[in-house]
Amino acid sequence: MTWSWDVFINVIPIIFKGLWITVGLTIACYLFAMIFGFFWVFMSRIPWRPVNWLFRWIAEFIRSTPPLVQLFFIYYAWPAIPVIGVTLNPFVAAILGLGIHFSTYTSEVYRSGIESVDKGQWEASTALNLSTAQKWRHIILPQAIPPTIPMLGNYLIIMFKEVPLASTIGVVAMLHLANDYGAQYYKYVEPLTVVALFFLLLSYPSALLIGRLEKKYNRRFDKKTATL
Amino acid sequence: MEEPIVQYKNIRKSFGDVEVLKGINLDIMPGEKVALIGPSGSGKTTIIRLLMTLEQPTGGIIEVNGENLWLMQNKKNELVEADDKHLRKIRGDIGMVFQHFNLFPHMTILENCMLAPTIVKKKDKADVKKTALEMLDKVGLSDKVDLYPSQLSGGQKQRVAMARALMMRPKVMLFDEVTSALDPELVGEVLEVIRDLAKAGDMAMILVTHEMDFALDIADRVLFLNEGTIEEEGHPTEILVNPKSERLKDFLTRFTNSR
Repeated sequence: MTWSWDVFINVIPIIFKGLWITVGLTIACYLFAMIFGFFWVFMSRIPWRPVNWLFRWIAEFIRSTPPLVQLFFIYYAWPAIPVIGVTLNPFVAAILGLGIHFSTYTSEVYRSGIESVDKGQWEASTALNLSTAQKWRHIILPQAIPPTIPMLGNYLIIMFKEVPLASTIGVVAMLHLANDYGAQYYKYVEPLTVVALFFLLLSYPSALLIGRLEKKYNRRFDKKTATL
Repeated sequence: MEEPIVQYKNIRKSFGDVEVLKGINLDIMPGEKVALIGPSGSGKTTIIRLLMTLEQPTGGIIEVNGENLWLMQNKKNELVEADDKHLRKIRGDIGMVFQHFNLFPHMTILENCMLAPTIVKKKDKADVKKTALEMLDKVGLSDKVDLYPSQLSGGQKQRVAMARALMMRPKVMLFDEVTSALDPELVGEVLEVIRDLAKAGDMAMILVTHEMDFALDIADRVLFLNEGTIEEEGHPTEILVNPKSERLKDFLTRFTNSR
């Protein structure tokens, strides 16, 4: 095996096309996970035991099974199920699969944020006669969410790195393109190196940015919770 | 004859196996200032938390303006557990100041005071702001309105908390050991504000307090609670100067000794 700079240069624009698919898919999955995360929080707060246990159990199940299995299930097995079976295009299947998988993580992040809000905040809002919706909107969420932003950011990076799983169900992103190139010319080292470099180029600066966010919010939150 | 604004009728409250209130009967008249004293664990705080709907009684009835707080009549005229709408209607007459202030840390002092009148009572924002500024001026904080709670001292926070509660114009105001979390030198400024409120008159006040001199000074009536029952009640001088029951005498001696 020899390393060829020519191949390396050649393959960059090819992989670059897939970069946008990877980034787009990451953003789509992430938005889905962020929004759907609230669904689990909401369901686990329903004051009726059987319902919130059921949903907690489902979330736990999704969290403890590999995302790859879930992707395969949604893409290959779901269409085969009678009545509710639907055939999805690979991109949609990936958003659904990874989005749902990671929503079980974001919901835990939200939950920790919500639980970190002092009980006295709920009581003061009751004493001021706020409705349940007003408590959430004006008092609890504005305090619960900001300190979780760094954690949510970390999940963005983790997700970015999990998105290549989607190539297994045929989403043509970076990894898929690199594989195709390898199969065609029997050159794997260069294209896969380019894929790795692109990932590094995006995730390392993001990690630095999130580290800074983390410092900023930790400081702010410390100051605020010191005394209410 | 004037009707009481708040009535507790044989109120009981248990937390798990522990019964903290064992049948409380208590009438509060409009404008009356009542001080609750007693050893810790005697149930004083629970009494006012029940009225603020922060806890639900295990037995008995609480009425506000003659209306049942925790039970309501449904369409078929049956008594059922109060829903949120019912609670919110009655709760509008009650305000509370907490031991640990519970200001909203993500809002400025002014925003803390303006929030509830604007979103709960849906009053005009400009009017609310005017009232809030007056109210903050009354508690001596007109130069702090744009600061955040974390930038204030404990005494200042507690004065904001009072202004915030007063913005809702409650007919009954509850004070839950409002000076207990303060440094000793900051207690005076908070008591001063409460004293002014008491003198202003028309609002009924229930104070859970360890400040005996203060209770003696502003209360119309003092209640001594012990192990979940009202052990003794009467005019402040009667209770604090000439206690009858052994337990109250004990409590007061221990209290003066510990100071």
